[in-house]
Amino acid sequence: MLNKKLVLATVSSLLLSVTSASVYALTAEEQKGLDISVESKKKDEGWKDSSADMLMILKNKQGQESIREIKIKSLEIKNDGDKSLTIFNKPRDVKGTAFLSFSHPIEADEQWLFLPALKRVKRISSRNKSGPFMGSEFAFEDLSSFEVEKYTYKYLGDETVNGEVSFKVEQYPVDENSGYTRRVVWIDHSEYRVQKVEFYDRKDSLLKTLTFSDYKQYLDKHWRADIQHMVNHQNGKSTELKWSNYQFKTGLKDSDFNRNSLKRAR
Amino acid sequence: MKRTWLASALITSMITSISMSATEFELSGKVSVEHRHFFKDAQFEGQFNGGQSSATIEPELYWSWNDGFDSIIFTPFYRVDSQDDNRQHGDIRELAYIHAADDWELRVGIRKEYWGVTEFQHLVDVINQTDGVEDFDGEDKLGQQMINLSLVQAWGIVDFFILPGFRERTFASEQGRLRGPIVVDKNNVNYESSAEQQHLDVALRWAHSIGDFDLGSYWFHGTNREPILTPSFNSEGVVLQQYYNQMDQLGLDVQATLGDWLWKFESIYRKTSTESFVATQAGFEYSFIGIFDTNLDLGLLTEYAWDSRGVVDFNTIEFGKSGSVFQNDLFVGTRLAFNDMQSTEMLMGVSTDLDHSANSFLMEATRRFGDSFKASVDIRLLQSSDSIDSAFMLRDDDHAQFSVEWYF
Repeated sequence: MLNKKLVLATVSSLLLSVTSASVYALTAEEQKGLDISVESKKKDEGWKDSSADMLMILKNKQGQESIREIKIKSLEIKNDGDKSLTIFNKPRDVKGTAFLSFSHPIEADEQWLFLPALKRVKRISSRNKSGPFMGSEFAFEDLSSFEVEKYTYKYLGDETVNGEVSFKVEQYPVDENSGYTRRVVWIDHSEYRVQKVEFYDRKDSLLKTLTFSDYKQYLDKHWRADIQHMVNHQNGKSTELKWSNYQFKTGLKDSDFNRNSLKRAR
Repeated sequence: MKRTWLASALITSMITSISMSATEFELSGKVSVEHRHFFKDAQFEGQFNGGQSSATIEPELYWSWNDGFDSIIFTPFYRVDSQDDNRQHGDIRELAYIHAADDWELRVGIRKEYWGVTEFQHLVDVINQTDGVEDFDGEDKLGQQMINLSLVQAWGIVDFFILPGFRERTFASEQGRLRGPIVVDKNNVNYESSAEQQHLDVALRWAHSIGDFDLGSYWFHGTNREPILTPSFNSEGVVLQQYYNQMDQLGLDVQATLGDWLWKFESIYRKTSTESFVATQAGFEYSFIGIFDTNLDLGLLTEYAWDSRGVVDFNTIEFGKSGSVFQNDLFVGTRLAFNDMQSTEMLMGVSTDLDHSANSFLMEATRRFGDSFKASVDIRLLQSSDSIDSAFMLRDDDHAQFSVEWYF
């Protein structure tokens, strides 16, 4: 699998540099998989900025729950990854902690963490993509913004998921630090929304399933799911994300995503 | 509390803000109980043996209006202590008004400002005075009165500081552990400047991120936060008298974040009327993510400290001359993050003086219980057989500390 991924990446990047007609390097299934993801990304473009509250409910095998309360502000950046500011409110001991990220499709993301007890801003390594976010079943890479360049693709067919006829597309992460060999993603025909994702670990066995539900449309264009449910099949734990207070085009600017705004984020 | 003018200005603006309808108010904070146990009997007369119990409260009151672009924060702090009168103390950690605009920010009041990138010593961090009685690591700071204008430019963030009102360092009392043979006198403090605590200190800092590099550089002019301690006599006998001279300090901090490697460098050049010196703390941190196919992250840290002054020699101390505890010292540590629901973490570190016999071992472990409790265990072991080293004075102060914090 790794070889295939490498070959595919090498071939396509070689051809890209030689000729713009790189499409010929892809099989029909690969091309269709890419097209679906490009369309899905394109359909959501133009949101400019957003802010939302996220409630994370962590459940272990015994059913014990733990809660994370987080606010996320994002800024859409043309021709690059998005900028985001993540502010932690619960658990109480991390209240005031804030995380600033400048994501990039291919190069390493730039990330800073503000630690309120010491008032310290720390630049952190963005290599840790596969690690758990706040002890949850979501890895850091599961929560980062979707960029077409982060994967190579293969269309597997159509299936009905959550009552929606969907494209079934396999995605192979380009980044070697990803915790996955592949993701299988179901994207609905009607609005190009992600309905379900299966994650396969480094040994290519099924690790997690993420399902999206309660989609709402904002500004007559942008679809966001109110609920994301991640189940880890290997350890029996699960994490539910409940989104609320979604707001778009609130007027956030570049200046809301720097060291100073990180220090006073609430 | 000689910080009346700022306090009254703040209280006035606070009252105005409360009467505004769009004001949001938030109360949070923490309460902690802590117990320290010293393994050996005290080395010096007057010190207690065995256990030391303590409790703290640190609420945070926060008001904001104008969509959060104007805010006031108030963080008082108080500690009660069963053994050390000086450790039983209070402080206003923060009482500040902040106004944020697109490309500038004004912060007025009592605040904390942290600079630096290294872990084992915080060399370039200069704005706040160390609250020395709080903990062994010197990371606790006293609130500093300031006016800080921060300008955001394409080429970095520039911060101007005016710092009225100097804070004297806190030291253990006669009964307290973790002190030298002679008690520091907190009453009869001397200053180089005739303005004493009212000297107006200033600082200018530039900080910027360029690709993988985070850079910071500053100039500080004012009262040295590190006192020179000289033995003198008062009615109770021999005490150490604090003397704060004036200094000019240039600082530089750099971090390169290259994949799994963090390279860290801090350096200062300090000039006083009697001496000038250079000191550096530099090293790296390397992280192994998800070791042994688990969620466990392992970080390895190594840092080296150097100071051109050399060691503090307590036997031949010369007036106005200072020395350093970290003049040729090596620090090695590991950080373990379990990435579990309870955020269990562990940090272990060893420091060694490469010039003479002095070693210390530190271990910190923390874990959350429920949604709002956190428990910590700290163990500190100090060893020295060389009377020249400051660790020699602390060689009988090995201790373990247990604490439970409740966050509200």
